[in-house]
Amino acid sequence: MNGVHDMGGMDGFGKVEPEPNEPMFHTEWESRVLAMVRAMGAAGAFNIDTSRSYREALPPEVYLTSSYYKKWLLGLEENLIAKGYITTAEVAAGHAAEPPKPLKHGKFTVDQVERIMVRGQFGRTPPAPAKFKPGDRVRAKNIHPTTHTRLPRYVRGHVGVVELNLGCSVYPDTAAIEAGENPQWLYTVVFDGAELWGPDADPTVKISVDAFEPYLEPA
Amino acid sequence: MELRTRALETILTEKGYVDAAALDSIVQAYESKIGPRNGAQVVAKAWSDPAFKQALLADASKAVGTLGHVSRVGDHLVAVENTPQRHNMVVCTLCSCYPWEVLGLPPVWYKAAPYRSRAVKDPRGVLADFGVSLPTDTEIRVWDSTAETRFLVLPMRPEGTEGWSEAQLAEIVTRDSMIGTGFPTTPGAPS
Repeated sequence: MNGVHDMGGMDGFGKVEPEPNEPMFHTEWESRVLAMVRAMGAAGAFNIDTSRSYREALPPEVYLTSSYYKKWLLGLEENLIAKGYITTAEVAAGHAAEPPKPLKHGKFTVDQVERIMVRGQFGRTPPAPAKFKPGDRVRAKNIHPTTHTRLPRYVRGHVGVVELNLGCSVYPDTAAIEAGENPQWLYTVVFDGAELWGPDADPTVKISVDAFEPYLEPA
Repeated sequence: MELRTRALETILTEKGYVDAAALDSIVQAYESKIGPRNGAQVVAKAWSDPAFKQALLADASKAVGTLGHVSRVGDHLVAVENTPQRHNMVVCTLCSCYPWEVLGLPPVWYKAAPYRSRAVKDPRGVLADFGVSLPTDTEIRVWDSTAETRFLVLPMRPEGTEGWSEAQLAEIVTRDSMIGTGFPTTPGAPS
Protein backbone atom coordinates (compact mmCIF):
# COMPACT_ATOMS: atom_id res chain seq x y z
CA MET A 1 0.00 0.00 0.00
CA ASN A 2 1.12 3.56 -0.68
CA GLY A 3 1.30 4.40 3.01
CA VAL A 4 3.33 6.88 5.03
CA HIS A 5 5.61 4.03 6.09
CA ASP A 6 7.07 4.10 2.56
CA MET A 7 9.12 7.19 3.32
CA GLY A 8 12.30 6.78 1.28
CA GLY A 9 13.06 10.13 -0.38
CA MET A 10 10.53 12.21 1.56
CA ASP A 11 11.61 15.62 2.86
CA GLY A 12 10.72 17.53 5.97
CA PHE A 13 11.38 15.07 8.79
CA GLY A 14 14.37 17.00 10.04
CA LYS A 15 17.79 15.97 11.27
CA VAL A 16 18.81 12.54 12.45
CA GLU A 17 19.31 12.79 16.20
CA PRO A 18 21.35 9.97 17.70
CA GLU A 19 20.87 9.55 21.45
CA PRO A 20 24.13 9.13 23.36
CA ASN A 21 24.32 5.92 25.41
CA GLU A 22 20.86 4.87 24.33
CA PRO A 23 19.41 2.05 26.47
CA MET A 24 18.03 -1.09 24.81
CA PHE A 25 14.56 -0.22 26.12
CA HIS A 26 13.48 3.19 27.35
CA THR A 27 10.69 1.78 29.52
CA GLU A 28 9.72 -1.69 30.64
CA TRP A 29 6.54 -1.86 28.56
CA GLU A 30 8.59 -1.61 25.38
CA SER A 31 10.34 -4.86 26.25
CA ARG A 32 7.00 -6.58 26.98
CA VAL A 33 5.63 -5.48 23.60
CA LEU A 34 8.68 -6.88 21.83
CA ALA A 35 8.31 -10.16 23.72
CA MET A 36 4.58 -10.47 22.98
CA VAL A 37 5.10 -9.87 19.27
CA ARG A 38 7.86 -12.46 19.10
CA ALA A 39 5.94 -14.99 21.18
CA MET A 40 2.63 -14.71 19.30
CA GLY A 41 4.44 -14.86 15.97
CA ALA A 42 6.33 -17.97 17.07
CA ALA A 43 3.09 -19.53 18.31
CA GLY A 44 1.75 -19.20 14.78
CA ALA A 45 -0.75 -16.34 15.19
CA PHE A 46 0.83 -14.48 12.25
CA ASN A 47 3.93 -14.33 10.06
CA ILE A 48 6.42 -11.46 9.93
CA ASP A 49 4.92 -9.99 6.76
CA THR A 50 1.42 -9.91 8.23
CA SER A 51 2.85 -8.28 11.33
CA ARG A 52 4.50 -5.55 9.22
CA SER A 53 1.34 -5.01 7.19
CA TYR A 54 -0.70 -4.26 10.31
CA ARG A 55 1.78 -1.62 11.42
CA GLU A 56 1.73 -0.03 7.95
CA ALA A 57 -2.05 0.02 7.98
CA LEU A 58 -2.23 2.19 11.11
CA PRO A 59 -3.81 5.58 10.30
CA PRO A 60 -1.11 7.91 8.91
CA GLU A 61 -1.36 10.38 11.78
CA VAL A 62 -0.98 7.54 14.28
CA TYR A 63 1.94 6.01 12.39
CA LEU A 64 3.83 9.28 12.20
CA THR A 65 3.32 10.30 15.82
CA SER A 66 3.83 6.94 17.53
CA SER A 67 7.10 5.54 18.82
CA TYR A 68 8.38 2.29 17.35
CA TYR A 69 7.07 0.12 20.16
CA LYS A 70 3.73 1.94 20.29
CA LYS A 71 3.30 1.07 16.60
CA TRP A 72 4.19 -2.52 17.47
CA LEU A 73 1.58 -2.64 20.24
CA LEU A 74 -1.20 -1.06 18.18
CA GLY A 75 -0.38 -3.26 15.19
CA LEU A 76 -0.33 -6.35 17.41
CA GLU A 77 -3.75 -5.55 18.87
CA GLU A 78 -5.28 -4.98 15.43
CA ASN A 79 -3.68 -8.11 14.05
CA LEU A 80 -4.85 -10.37 16.90
CA ILE A 81 -8.37 -8.91 16.80
CA ALA A 82 -8.60 -9.39 13.02
CA LYS A 83 -7.42 -12.99 13.33
CA GLY A 84 -9.91 -13.75 16.09
CA TYR A 85 -7.39 -14.41 18.88
CA ILE A 86 -8.71 -11.57 21.02
CA THR A 87 -11.68 -9.22 20.83
CA THR A 88 -12.08 -5.46 20.95
CA ALA A 89 -14.15 -5.88 24.12
CA GLU A 90 -11.35 -7.84 25.77
CA VAL A 91 -8.83 -5.13 24.91
CA ALA A 92 -11.18 -2.52 26.39
CA ALA A 93 -11.75 -4.59 29.54
CA GLY A 94 -8.15 -5.70 29.96
CA HIS A 95 -9.22 -9.28 30.61
CA ALA A 96 -10.07 -12.41 28.65
CA ALA A 97 -13.78 -12.99 28.17
CA GLU A 98 -14.01 -15.39 25.24
CA PRO A 99 -12.55 -18.89 24.90
CA PRO A 100 -9.12 -18.98 23.23
CA LYS A 101 -8.66 -19.73 19.53
CA PRO A 102 -6.20 -22.59 18.99
CA LEU A 103 -2.73 -21.46 17.91
CA LYS A 104 -1.01 -23.23 15.02
CA HIS A 105 2.05 -24.06 17.12
CA GLY A 106 0.38 -24.12 20.52
CA LYS A 107 1.08 -22.09 23.62
CA PHE A 108 4.40 -20.22 23.67
CA THR A 109 6.49 -21.52 26.55
CA VAL A 110 9.94 -20.90 28.02
CA ASP A 111 11.56 -23.86 26.30
CA GLN A 112 10.93 -22.26 22.90
CA VAL A 113 12.79 -19.02 23.61
CA GLU A 114 16.14 -20.24 22.34
CA ARG A 115 14.55 -21.20 19.04
CA ILE A 116 13.23 -17.72 18.37
CA MET A 117 16.60 -16.09 19.06
CA VAL A 118 17.81 -17.60 15.79
CA ARG A 119 16.67 -15.76 12.73
CA GLY A 120 13.93 -17.35 10.64
CA GLN A 121 14.70 -18.97 7.34
CA PHE A 122 13.00 -17.56 4.28
CA GLY A 123 14.80 -19.45 1.47
CA ARG A 124 12.58 -21.84 -0.49
CA THR A 125 12.90 -24.29 -3.39
CA PRO A 126 12.62 -22.34 -6.66
CA PRO A 127 9.45 -23.13 -8.63
CA ALA A 128 11.13 -22.00 -11.90
CA PRO A 129 14.55 -20.85 -13.12
CA ALA A 130 15.56 -17.25 -12.37
CA LYS A 131 14.59 -14.80 -15.10
CA PHE A 132 17.42 -12.39 -14.38
CA LYS A 133 21.15 -12.65 -13.72
CA PRO A 134 23.73 -10.26 -12.32
CA GLY A 135 24.49 -7.53 -14.86
CA ASP A 136 20.99 -7.48 -16.37
CA ARG A 137 19.27 -4.12 -16.72
CA VAL A 138 15.83 -4.19 -15.15
CA ARG A 139 13.02 -1.73 -14.56
CA ALA A 140 11.11 -1.71 -11.28
CA LYS A 141 7.50 -1.98 -12.36
CA ASN A 142 5.16 0.94 -11.93
CA ILE A 143 2.78 -0.92 -9.65
CA HIS A 144 0.70 0.30 -6.73
CA PRO A 145 -0.80 -2.64 -4.86
CA THR A 146 -3.19 -1.60 -2.12
CA THR A 147 -2.00 -4.48 0.08
CA HIS A 148 1.48 -5.13 1.55
CA THR A 149 4.46 -4.89 -0.80
CA ARG A 150 8.20 -4.45 -0.36
CA LEU A 151 8.84 -2.44 -3.52
CA PRO A 152 9.34 1.11 -2.29
CA ARG A 153 7.71 3.90 -4.31
CA TYR A 154 10.95 5.75 -4.91
CA VAL A 155 12.28 3.06 -7.28
CA ARG A 156 9.07 2.30 -9.19
CA GLY A 157 9.41 2.97 -12.90
CA HIS A 158 13.19 3.33 -12.65
CA VAL A 159 15.94 1.32 -14.30
CA GLY A 160 18.69 -0.40 -12.35
CA VAL A 161 21.15 -3.25 -12.69
CA VAL A 162 20.91 -6.66 -11.03
CA GLU A 163 23.93 -7.06 -8.76
CA LEU A 164 23.19 -10.19 -6.71
CA ASN A 165 20.86 -13.12 -7.02
CA LEU A 166 19.87 -13.73 -3.38
CA GLY A 167 18.05 -16.98 -4.07
CA CYS A 168 14.41 -17.86 -3.92
CA SER A 169 12.45 -16.59 -0.96
CA VAL A 170 9.02 -16.33 0.67
CA TYR A 171 7.07 -13.60 -1.19
CA PRO A 172 5.90 -10.96 1.30
CA ASP A 173 3.10 -9.66 -0.93
CA THR A 174 1.17 -12.93 -0.67
CA ALA A 175 2.47 -14.09 2.72
CA ALA A 176 1.21 -10.87 4.35
CA ILE A 177 -2.36 -11.49 3.26
CA GLU A 178 -2.11 -15.20 4.06
CA ALA A 179 -2.31 -16.14 0.40
CA GLY A 180 0.68 -18.48 0.64
CA GLU A 181 4.47 -18.31 0.60
CA ASN A 182 4.49 -18.22 -3.21
CA PRO A 183 8.35 -18.33 -3.40
CA GLN A 184 10.00 -15.86 -5.76
CA TRP A 185 13.54 -15.09 -6.85
CA LEU A 186 15.07 -12.19 -5.02
CA TYR A 187 17.72 -9.82 -6.40
CA THR A 188 19.76 -6.87 -5.20
CA VAL A 189 19.12 -4.18 -7.82
CA VAL A 190 21.33 -1.08 -7.91
CA PHE A 191 20.21 2.34 -9.11
CA ASP A 192 22.27 5.44 -9.88
CA GLY A 193 21.35 8.40 -7.73
CA ALA A 194 20.53 10.44 -10.84
CA GLU A 195 18.13 7.76 -12.10
CA LEU A 196 16.10 8.10 -8.92
CA TRP A 197 16.57 11.73 -7.94
CA GLY A 198 17.28 13.52 -11.21
CA PRO A 199 20.30 15.20 -12.76
CA ASP A 200 21.10 17.29 -9.70
CA ALA A 201 21.65 14.20 -7.56
CA ASP A 202 25.03 13.51 -5.98
CA PRO A 203 26.90 11.59 -8.74
CA THR A 204 28.77 9.46 -6.19
CA VAL A 205 25.62 7.89 -4.72
CA LYS A 206 24.19 4.51 -5.66
CA ILE A 207 21.18 2.95 -3.97
CA SER A 208 20.11 -0.66 -3.95
CA VAL A 209 16.93 -2.44 -2.97
CA ASP A 210 16.24 -6.14 -2.69
CA ALA A 211 13.51 -6.78 -5.23
CA PHE A 212 11.43 -9.89 -5.84
CA GLU A 213 11.16 -11.06 -9.42
CA PRO A 214 7.48 -10.03 -9.87
CA TYR A 215 8.54 -6.44 -9.13
CA LEU A 216 10.89 -6.36 -12.13
CA GLU A 217 10.76 -6.34 -15.93
CA PRO A 218 13.61 -6.37 -18.48
CA ALA A 219 14.88 -2.91 -19.48
CA MET B 1 1.07 2.67 26.94
CA GLU B 2 2.15 0.90 30.08
CA LEU B 3 -1.42 0.09 31.11
CA ARG B 4 -2.43 -0.86 27.60
CA THR B 5 0.56 -3.18 27.31
CA ARG B 6 -0.22 -4.78 30.65
CA ALA B 7 -3.85 -5.27 29.60
CA LEU B 8 -2.84 -7.09 26.44
CA GLU B 9 -0.36 -9.26 28.32
CA THR B 10 -3.09 -10.15 30.83
CA ILE B 11 -5.43 -11.19 28.01
CA LEU B 12 -2.79 -13.28 26.26
CA THR B 13 -1.79 -15.10 29.42
CA GLU B 14 -5.37 -15.59 30.63
CA LYS B 15 -6.24 -17.11 27.27
CA GLY B 16 -3.27 -19.45 27.56
CA TYR B 17 -1.47 -18.17 24.46
CA VAL B 18 1.78 -17.35 26.23
CA ASP B 19 3.47 -17.99 29.56
CA ALA B 20 4.43 -14.77 31.33
CA ALA B 21 7.70 -16.50 32.24
CA ALA B 22 8.38 -17.07 28.55
CA LEU B 23 8.00 -13.33 27.92
CA ASP B 24 10.44 -12.64 30.79
CA SER B 25 12.83 -15.08 29.21
CA ILE B 26 12.60 -13.43 25.78
CA VAL B 27 13.40 -10.03 27.25
CA GLN B 28 16.28 -11.48 29.20
CA ALA B 29 17.65 -13.16 26.07
CA TYR B 30 17.58 -9.88 24.14
CA GLU B 31 19.22 -8.07 27.01
CA SER B 32 22.00 -10.60 27.45
CA LYS B 33 22.65 -12.45 24.21
CA ILE B 34 22.52 -9.97 21.38
CA GLY B 35 24.22 -6.66 20.85
CA PRO B 36 26.81 -4.91 18.75
CA ARG B 37 29.63 -6.73 20.50
CA ASN B 38 28.71 -9.77 18.39
CA GLY B 39 29.23 -7.79 15.20
CA ALA B 40 32.40 -6.22 16.59
CA GLN B 41 33.88 -9.69 17.08
CA VAL B 42 33.06 -10.55 13.48
CA VAL B 43 34.73 -7.38 12.21
CA ALA B 44 37.80 -7.85 14.41
CA LYS B 45 38.17 -11.39 13.14
CA ALA B 46 37.86 -10.24 9.53
CA TRP B 47 40.57 -7.62 10.13
CA SER B 48 42.87 -10.22 11.65
CA ASP B 49 42.28 -13.27 9.50
CA PRO B 50 42.32 -12.83 5.69
CA ALA B 51 40.78 -16.26 5.08
CA PHE B 52 37.88 -15.42 7.40
CA LYS B 53 37.43 -12.06 5.71
CA GLN B 54 37.22 -13.74 2.34
CA ALA B 55 34.70 -16.25 3.67
CA LEU B 56 32.68 -13.45 5.30
CA LEU B 57 32.41 -11.46 2.10
CA ALA B 58 31.55 -14.61 0.12
CA ASP B 59 28.87 -15.90 2.52
CA ALA B 60 28.44 -13.98 5.75
CA SER B 61 25.77 -16.28 7.23
CA LYS B 62 28.06 -19.28 6.86
CA ALA B 63 31.20 -17.48 8.03
CA VAL B 64 29.56 -15.96 11.11
CA GLY B 65 28.02 -19.34 11.85
CA THR B 66 31.51 -20.78 12.32
CA LEU B 67 32.16 -18.42 15.26
CA GLY B 68 30.60 -20.35 18.12
CA HIS B 69 30.80 -17.43 20.50
CA VAL B 70 28.31 -15.15 18.78
CA SER B 71 24.58 -15.71 18.55
CA ARG B 72 23.48 -17.75 15.59
CA VAL B 73 22.41 -15.90 12.47
CA GLY B 74 19.97 -17.13 9.89
CA ASP B 75 20.65 -17.65 6.23
CA HIS B 76 20.42 -14.13 4.99
CA LEU B 77 23.34 -12.06 6.23
CA VAL B 78 25.47 -10.16 3.69
CA ALA B 79 28.69 -8.36 4.67
CA VAL B 80 29.71 -5.34 2.60
CA GLU B 81 33.22 -3.97 2.71
CA ASN B 82 34.20 -0.33 2.99
CA THR B 83 37.25 0.65 0.93
CA PRO B 84 38.98 3.96 0.21
CA GLN B 85 36.84 4.08 -2.96
CA ARG B 86 33.50 3.01 -1.55
CA HIS B 87 31.52 3.62 1.65
CA ASN B 88 28.50 1.46 2.48
CA MET B 89 25.50 2.55 4.50
CA VAL B 90 22.46 0.49 5.51
CA VAL B 91 18.85 1.62 5.93
CA CYS B 92 15.34 0.20 5.92
CA THR B 93 13.07 2.82 4.38
CA LEU B 94 9.90 0.71 4.74
CA CYS B 95 10.21 -0.31 8.38
CA SER B 96 13.27 -0.98 10.53
CA CYS B 97 14.98 -4.13 9.24
CA TYR B 98 18.34 -4.48 10.96
CA PRO B 99 20.75 -7.36 11.62
CA TRP B 100 19.63 -8.03 15.21
CA GLU B 101 21.86 -11.05 15.66
CA VAL B 102 25.06 -9.15 15.04
CA LEU B 103 24.10 -5.60 16.08
CA GLY B 104 21.34 -6.07 18.67
CA LEU B 105 18.09 -4.12 18.58
CA PRO B 106 18.22 -1.01 16.41
CA PRO B 107 18.63 2.43 17.98
CA VAL B 108 15.67 4.84 17.87
CA TRP B 109 17.21 7.02 15.14
CA TYR B 110 17.49 4.02 12.80
CA LYS B 111 13.75 3.39 13.17
CA ALA B 112 12.70 7.04 12.90
CA ALA B 113 11.50 9.05 9.91
CA PRO B 114 14.48 11.42 9.50
CA TYR B 115 16.95 8.58 8.83
CA ARG B 116 14.55 6.34 6.90
CA SER B 117 13.44 9.15 4.59
CA ARG B 118 16.77 10.82 3.87
CA ALA B 119 19.36 8.03 3.81
CA VAL B 120 18.49 7.03 0.23
CA LYS B 121 18.28 10.57 -1.16
CA ASP B 122 20.86 12.56 0.77
CA PRO B 123 23.28 10.14 2.43
CA ARG B 124 26.01 12.77 2.74
CA GLY B 125 23.58 15.04 4.57
CA VAL B 126 22.66 12.20 6.92
CA LEU B 127 26.33 11.44 7.55
CA ALA B 128 26.85 15.11 8.39
CA ASP B 129 24.19 14.73 11.11
CA PHE B 130 26.51 12.10 12.61
CA GLY B 131 29.52 14.38 12.23
CA VAL B 132 30.89 12.13 9.51
CA SER B 133 32.29 13.46 6.26
CA LEU B 134 33.80 11.51 3.39
CA PRO B 135 36.01 12.62 0.51
CA THR B 136 33.83 14.12 -2.24
CA ASP B 137 34.88 11.44 -4.72
CA THR B 138 34.15 8.45 -2.48
CA GLU B 139 31.29 6.39 -3.85
CA ILE B 140 28.46 6.01 -1.36
CA ARG B 141 26.41 2.87 -1.64
CA VAL B 142 23.16 2.82 0.28
CA TRP B 143 21.61 -0.60 0.91
CA ASP B 144 17.85 -0.42 1.48
CA SER B 145 16.88 -3.57 3.42
CA THR B 146 13.60 -4.23 1.64
CA ALA B 147 13.59 -8.04 2.04
CA GLU B 148 14.88 -10.50 4.64
CA THR B 149 18.52 -9.98 3.68
CA ARG B 150 20.43 -8.20 6.45
CA PHE B 151 23.55 -6.16 5.83
CA LEU B 152 26.63 -5.76 7.99
CA VAL B 153 29.15 -3.10 7.01
CA LEU B 154 32.78 -4.17 7.33
CA PRO B 155 34.52 -0.88 8.14
CA MET B 156 38.12 -0.15 7.20
CA ARG B 157 40.68 -1.08 9.82
CA PRO B 158 42.17 2.09 11.28
CA GLU B 159 45.87 2.78 10.88
CA GLY B 160 47.93 2.39 14.01
CA THR B 161 46.36 -0.94 14.97
CA GLU B 162 49.08 -3.18 13.58
CA GLY B 163 49.76 -6.14 15.84
CA TRP B 164 46.58 -5.68 17.89
CA SER B 165 44.75 -8.75 19.14
CA GLU B 166 41.21 -9.50 18.02
CA ALA B 167 39.95 -8.53 21.47
CA GLN B 168 41.70 -5.14 21.25
CA LEU B 169 40.36 -4.58 17.75
CA ALA B 170 36.80 -5.48 18.76
CA GLU B 171 36.93 -2.69 21.36
CA ILE B 172 37.24 0.00 18.69
CA VAL B 173 34.48 -1.30 16.42
CA THR B 174 31.45 0.89 17.03
CA ARG B 175 27.86 -0.03 16.27
CA ASP B 176 27.52 2.90 13.88
CA SER B 177 30.63 1.83 11.96
CA MET B 178 28.82 -1.43 11.16
CA ILE B 179 25.71 0.45 9.93
CA GLY B 180 27.84 2.84 7.89
CA THR B 181 27.01 6.01 9.83
CA GLY B 182 30.29 6.13 11.72
CA PHE B 183 33.85 4.92 11.87
CA PRO B 184 35.75 2.73 14.30
CA THR B 185 37.25 4.66 17.19
CA THR B 186 40.64 6.06 16.28
CA PRO B 187 43.41 4.54 18.38
CA GLY B 188 44.79 6.97 20.88
CA ALA B 189 41.94 9.45 20.45
CA PRO B 190 39.82 10.28 23.49
CA SER B 191 36.64 8.22 23.31
